[in-house]
This record gives sequence, structure tokens and C-alpha cells, in this order.
Amino acid sequence: MDFRLTTEHEMVQKMVRDFARKEVAPTIKEADRKQEMTAHVLPRMGELGILGICIPVRYGGQGMDYISLGLASEELEVIDTTLRVVMSVHNGLASMTLFQWGTEEQKEKYLAPLARGEKIGCGAFSEPGAGSDFANILMTGKRDGDEYILNGEKMWISLATKADFAVVTVRTKSDVAKPSEGLTAYIVELDRPGVSRGDIHGKLGVRAGSTGWISFQDVRVPLENRIGEEGEGFKVTMTAFDHGRYTVAAGATGLIRASLEASVAYAKERSSFGKPIARHQLIQEKIARMARDYEIARLLYLRAGWMKNEGVRNTFETSIAKHFATDASFHAASEAIQIHGAYGFSDEYDVERFMRNARGAMIYEGSSEIQSLIQADYALGYRKDKAVRCELPAYDSQAWQS
Amino acid sequence: MNIVVCVKQTPDTAATVTVEDGKISWGDAPLVLNPWDEFAVEEALRLKEAHGGEVTAISLGPEDAKEALKQSLAMGCENAILVSDPSFAGLDSLQVSKVLAAAIEKVGEVDLVFFGRSSVDTDSGITGSQVARRLGWPALSLVAVINSLDPESKRLEVERMLDETRQQVAASFPAVISVVKEINEPRYPSFMGIRKASKAEIPIWSAAELGLEGDLESALTWPDVYAIPKVETECEFIEGETPEEIAAKLVDRLIEEKVV
Ligand SMILES: Cc1cc2nc3c(=O)[nH]c(=O)nc-3n(C[C@H](O)[C@H](O)[C@H](O)COP(=O)(O)OP(=O)(O)OC[C@H]3O[C@@H](n4cnc5c(N)ncnc54)[C@H](O)[C@@H]3O)c2cc1C
Repeated sequence: MDFRLTTEHEMVQKMVRDFARKEVAPTIKEADRKQEMTAHVLPRMGELGILGICIPVRYGGQGMDYISLGLASEELEVIDTTLRVVMSVHNGLASMTLFQWGTEEQKEKYLAPLARGEKIGCGAFSEPGAGSDFANILMTGKRDGDEYILNGEKMWISLATKADFAVVTVRTKSDVAKPSEGLTAYIVELDRPGVSRGDIHGKLGVRAGSTGWISFQDVRVPLENRIGEEGEGFKVTMTAFDHGRYTVAAGATGLIRASLEASVAYAKERSSFGKPIARHQLIQEKIARMARDYEIARLLYLRAGWMKNEGVRNTFETSIAKHFATDASFHAASEAIQIHGAYGFSDEYDVERFMRNARGAMIYEGSSEIQSLIQADYALGYRKDKAVRCELPAYDSQAWQS
Repeated sequence: MNIVVCVKQTPDTAATVTVEDGKISWGDAPLVLNPWDEFAVEEALRLKEAHGGEVTAISLGPEDAKEALKQSLAMGCENAILVSDPSFAGLDSLQVSKVLAAAIEKVGEVDLVFFGRSSVDTDSGITGSQVARRLGWPALSLVAVINSLDPESKRLEVERMLDETRQQVAASFPAVISVVKEINEPRYPSFMGIRKASKAEIPIWSAAELGLEGDLESALTWPDVYAIPKVETECEFIEGETPEEIAAKLVDRLIEEKVV
């Protein structure tokens, strides 16, 4: 077992870190206050290849492995969660889902421009009436000749107003034994007639990003846009979450690190009762827990990344990594505020933003409760991985880079 | 164009220097490509992209200086060479210039050599000029803009950044150029570059290969290094209703502190 990162991984880390520090950190507070995504963020991430990091070169990507995807997500969230959200939805939910399930034509037509960063992708699954209970979504798709007609509304969709394409899962059949059997997934261009969308404002966190709704009114989508078979939508969506959650886990790990770094710096600088607060054991306990949680979270996501590289299903491991890291990142950010005292309560420091941003990840991509249910089902033997028709291919550097 | 860029591995600028037992320590700061050298690499790459040719990064240092070379390769340099030998350890800049000049001559047919303005660790800023002198080439230091360059006539015109002014200098090449940070915005390595760099086998040139065996003796040594005593500073705000009142209070304070 080798716990070292390769030179390649270290260089990826540094490159993404330099980008986020130089080009996003200086304006992030302002963007967060204005509740607007900074205009240059997505184009720059595209130009630098970050939006296609782990997609093979022949589909417009950069040909790096899944560990690189995780490391990039960690580095991005150290600066701001909204950057990592892009990795989760554009790379995780959209691109990797097309890569796993798409036909060759779909990969050329949709995956390649996403991987090149020319187009932005999102994943539209949740609805006003169903999040955790995803199998019971209401949006419908009706077959009409060579087309499907989509009707309904998706809600809480990251990058809703920035995306060009969305992976959308809808109900195509209602007379089924289990509600999950009647779902079908599509790749939908969001400039099709009948699509309208908007951003949700007044969110607690990820304010420098876009989270919104997408409404579909008699939106006609050709047959070629269906991802997988009719009725396979639930499986397509669940595997999409395996990818999205992985980036959430890695990102939340970065958020723990950011809270830790901010706390260490402040605790050494601030004095009370005649010594730096870093010398008080109760402060040390908080720092110790952040340091410990960072290491655990990092090992958990890197293991999941390694499994992805090996082509091994990792629903359980990714669930644990996501659950642990997101809960721990909220705790770390909250303790970082405590260490900063009143200053932590103001947006002059970053830690209050860290806490607001950490909170959402305990809800999206499967809430903490849903992760517990998944883990319990595996532990109790109620759930076993079943092969899906299209597995995410194992990473092969030769094949990825040719 | 055949361009060489000399790069050094230095501690991260965020690192703090301490002195322990007469030796400088950077703690466990990560080693990076000297930040000033990033501008040199960038400018070399831009000239190559405009005029064709290739860029070779050369670093003098121990085995771990390869990281600076890998960063240069990842940014887009074609070749990298580590110049390394036990006898190169602790050389002064005059001797370093001898080694680098020998390496540049070994590369052969070089048109331009780039340096950063200085290295963040030793901060002498003269290695480039010394190398130029040894090669017998013009030294264009502190260059902020390359106004023109003609590979046919082998002429170039640059602007040097001086304290209060900018100076235009025309020269022929081969030449040695050191650059300041105003010259460009260094690129990040590309993922393709990162892959290439992490797989690259970097050749090592020793003293023997450069014909410098037993030929290097530093004129300068650092017998002792000590930390300067810590200066404690306190910040005091002088407040008042009007600028006149603030000024009067300030004068009182300065007299009180025996500053004036
Ligand atoms: C910032 C943000 C970004 C998002 N981005 C996207 C996106 O890009 N795409 C997308 O499709 N969706 C997105 N979502 C939606 C997200 O996936 C859902 O909010 C999430 O799945 C939870 O669904 P819900 O909000 O409907 O809560 P509900 O499902 O109504 O759950 C309410 C509460 O009940 C708990 N609960 C539900 N069922 C059970 C159970 N069986 N046992 C125990 N507890 C249970 C939940 O854990 C939660 O605490 C985003 C949400 C946020 C906040």
C-alpha cells in the first residue's frame, strides 16, 4: 500500500490551488455578498482544463485520473465551496454520467463540449415535492413518435442558470411495481423551447454560486437524447450520485483544511490571559479534532478515488466519505468561528462563510440521514451492489490519453 | 530560436526563515520554482511560441531541484537539464555563473538565456550578469518589456525597469536577459504538461561532463549567520477633530518619544 501522491498528483494540486488563490480568493467575499457567481470563474476553469479533468482526451478532456478529480475538488473548496459545486455537477453529475452511460454519439455531441469547457452541464433530479424520496418525482416524459415531451419542474438545481445542458430524470411510466422502475434520464439542451429557469436568492450558503429552478413545459426532446434505456433512469441517477458525492467528500475535506488553517493562524496570533489562545488546552482540543477529521476525511475520499480508478463500485465507501467529511466540515467551520470569537462572527474573516457553505452539503447529494440509511443497509446486508448495464470504466492512462 | 532559461528551486515565499546554529533554515517549507523565475520561463515560452524553436530549462542544484525543472516542463519547456555535482554545493554566485555558462555552452547554439531578477532565498540578483560576462554576451538586466525581436538580424530592443524610469536598450543576440515581474503573467502548467513533466527523465550533467572538475573555488563563504534582534513595533493611532489638532498631537508625541 502506497499512501504517497505521485508527482503528477502533486502538480495538479498546486496548479488548481494557484488558480483558486490567485483568481478567485481576492474577490470571493464580494461575490458572496452580492450573491452572484463571478463571471470569469467558469470560463477560466474551462480554459485551464479543470472542467474536463478526468475525461479521456478523445472526448475533449484532460485524461487525468479520478484521484486528480478529488484533489482538484479539495483545493477548490479550500477557497470557496461554489467552485467545488461546479466539479460536483458539471464534472460529476453531468460529464461522468454521460461518460458512463452515453452512446458514442452522445459523448461526441454533449460530453466533448462539456469536457472542453465550452458548455456547462448540470444535474436536474430534485423537485419541489421530492428530494430524498427521489423515486417519487412527478415530472413526466411522454413518448411521441421519435420524441419525448417533458413536463414538470426541477428545484434546487446547482448551476441552473449557468448550464447549457442538463441531465434530467423524469417519470415515463407510473403503472410500475416500484416507483423507481418508471424513471428515464435525458440529456437536455436548456435552450429548447418550453424551458424556463431562474436562481434562488436568500440562501444560507454557496451564495457565490448559482442554485435555481428549471421548469419544463411541453419540452420536446429527441429520442437520441435519452441516456440509457427507458426505465433505467433511477440507476443512471444513483450512479451519477456516486460521482457527485465523491467530489462533495473531497471538497468538504478541503473545507476542514481551510477551517484548520484559519484557526491555527488565528490561535497563534490572538492572546488572552497572558498567552496565545493556541496555548489553552480547550482551544487545542478543537484544533486537534480538526486535524484528525481532516486526515480521516482525506483517507476516505482518496480510497473512494482509488476504487474508481480500479473500476470497483464504491457506493458504500463514497457514502461514508461524503457523510463523514460534510458533517466534520460543518463542525470544523463552527469551531473555527468559536476560535475566532466575535471576529469569526463577522464576514471580515472567512470562517463564517465556511460554516454557511458547509451546511448545504449535509443536505444535497443525499442528506446525512440518507447516507446513514445507505450505510446501514450495506452493514445489515439489506443492500448489495448489483452490476449495472454500464459501469464507470476503470482508469487507464494509455486509453485516457490517446 | 534556441532559448535557455535558468531556474532555481527555492522555498515557498510563504515560508519563514529562521537561523539555527549559524545556519539558515526554511523549516519544512515546500520547495517551489523560484517565483521570479516563473516570469523568465513564461517570457521564454512566449518568444518560442512567436518565433519557433525550443526552450531548455537548466537548474543547478541537488537532486530535489528536479521539481523546479518539472514545473518548467509542465509550463511548456521542451527540455530540462539538472546540473548537479557534490562539488557544486555552497558555491558563490561567481562560481555558479561559471557552471551555468559551461552548461549553456554545452547546450550549444543558444540565442537567448533568461533569468528571473533574483532568487527569493539568496536574493543577490547578479548571476545573470555574471553568466553574460563569462559568455561574452550582452547582459540585459531587469527587463520589463521586449519591444521587438528579429531572429533574422539577431537584434532585439528591450525596456529595462529602473528606479524612476524605464530605459530602452537595443542589443544583438545571443544575449542574457533577466526579467522583472512586470513583464508578463506566468501561465499555470497545463494538465498535458503535468503529465509530460511527471514522466520526464531529466538528464544530470556533472562537473566532469562540464569539464569543471577541481576547477571551482568560491571566493565568498558564509562563516556565520545570525538573526537580527527582533524589533517590536507598536501601532498607535492619533486621533483628533481636525488635521491641525492631529498634527499638533503627533508633534507632541514625537517630542515625548525624543524622535525629534
Ligand atoms: C445548495 C443546494 C444545491 C443543490 N443542488 C442540487 C442539484 O444540483 N441537483 C439536484 O437534483 N438537487 C440539488 N439539490 C437538492 C438536494 O439534492 C435535496 O435538497 C436533497 O436531496 C434533500 O431533499 P429535500 O430538500 O427535498 O428534503 P426532504 O427529502 O424533504 O428531507 C427533509 C428531511 O427529512 C430527512 N429525511 C427524508 N427521508 C428520510 C428518511 N427516510 N429517513 C430519515 N430522514 C429522512 C432528510 O434527511 C431531511 O433532513 C440541492 C440542494 C441544495 C441545498
